[in-house]
Amino acid sequence: MRRVVITGAGTVNALGQDVPATLDALREGRCGIGPLELRDVERLNIRIGAQVRGWDPEAHFNRQDIALFDKFTQFTILAARQAIGQSGLVFEDALSIASGVVLGTAGGGVNTWDDNYRAVYEEGKNRVHPFVVPKLMNNAAASHVSMEWNLRGPTFTVATACASSNHAMGQAFHMVRSGAATVMVTGGSEAMLCFGGIKAWEGLRVMSRDACRPFSLNRNGMVQGEGAGVFVFEDYDHARARGAEILAEVVGFAMSSDAGDIVMPSAQGAERAITGALRDARLNPEQVGYINAHGTGTAANDKTECAAVAHAFGQHADRLMISSTKSMHGHLIGGTGAVELLACIMALREGVIAPTIGYEEPDPECALDVVPNTARDARVEAVLSNAFAFGGLNAVLALRRV
Amino acid sequence: MTDSVRDTVIGIIAQQAVLDPAEVEMTASLDDLGIDSLGLVEAIFAIEEAFDVSVPFNANDPSENAEFDISSVAAIVAAVEALVAGKDAAEDRA
Repeated sequence: MRRVVITGAGTVNALGQDVPATLDALREGRCGIGPLELRDVERLNIRIGAQVRGWDPEAHFNRQDIALFDKFTQFTILAARQAIGQSGLVFEDALSIASGVVLGTAGGGVNTWDDNYRAVYEEGKNRVHPFVVPKLMNNAAASHVSMEWNLRGPTFTVATACASSNHAMGQAFHMVRSGAATVMVTGGSEAMLCFGGIKAWEGLRVMSRDACRPFSLNRNGMVQGEGAGVFVFEDYDHARARGAEILAEVVGFAMSSDAGDIVMPSAQGAERAITGALRDARLNPEQVGYINAHGTGTAANDKTECAAVAHAFGQHADRLMISSTKSMHGHLIGGTGAVELLACIMALREGVIAPTIGYEEPDPECALDVVPNTARDARVEAVLSNAFAFGGLNAVLALRRV
Repeated sequence: MTDSVRDTVIGIIAQQAVLDPAEVEMTASLDDLGIDSLGLVEAIFAIEEAFDVSVPFNANDPSENAEFDISSVAAIVAAVEALVAGKDAAEDRA
């Protein structure tokens, strides 16, 4: 089995339109959540979100590209440009065939669906733009990354709601580890902040109207975000041979299904994914210093996740740090694990643990060190990133310092 | 009006609980009736649709739901009656 390392990272999210700006915000505990600016916002009950402010597609893409790129693809391409640029890789010949793309998204081109339903239902039009289908399909972003950088190996999209990115990165890890690919461009994106996207979430009554306060006793729901995170996962020997800068090593991955309820999470299912990732990574619980939590800020997730972590880690649960950066960048649904991996890399490389902001009152059911409100300096050896999706699908990644 | 509000609410709850409306006791809690969190949000949606009201309910935060008491069937009926009365009063003023 091969070792798998990360040699490039890129992002667009509410905290910043690249990795340095995002890490600055995570360090400073800055909040990217604010009033939503979108069409028909006055008809929404939920009017806050972590929107990518000042997004200007024309600054990054030409007119033909914009006609084909839904916002979730635009975010992906920009993040991929940063990640692949940082890696220094050029995909030609044999490397091009041995490299692929696996990305996560829950909704794909939600803005495209929304705009075109408006056109035919609300405005009564009987004609839509010819590119509606290639623009909204969930694999559009993965395919455009493949085309733009000549990645001709295994390429596909994973959709497992809020765990999409972690499942995608887990697949990328498996492919490089097994030798099925030399390099995989991976991560995920989501652009669901439009009238229809938010209206659908309102129906479940799990959204907060004012703030995302994970683990805090007075938390009252999740807040949606948007954006992308993209990484270059590369065979360690290949990266070493070309003298690439290594950001972190991916050492383990595990997935599980609760096989229980379509929305209520299960501590046992989450725990199986956590212990599975530790086992896969050959890590002892004591080696894990930080967990980037799923931490949605709903009543159900946060207490279930804390119970799962407490059970999986035993006594060590009281010594490790666990934070939810969703309090800052919001819940990017299918893209969330990818943006959250940046906090994991920051912890390993810079020794800075991103905080859980908006934390106001301890909850006895979430009695772990949630790094409240202020970032912390700490040297950590290994970290986990949790993602637990609606549908009971869990995916946990383990990373290590190199 | 009040009877019809009560009957409609009981009908909605009975449907979620897969019971005959006559079997729904006014003192029963949703737990007693075997209605889970998804059943609850579906019932609230059905109430909003039936009475054209907006029910202030957040599944995360019991304190935020103080104005919409869901502790028993009777409490839900009373809360819906209050919402409907509030709406009628608003319409009278308009």
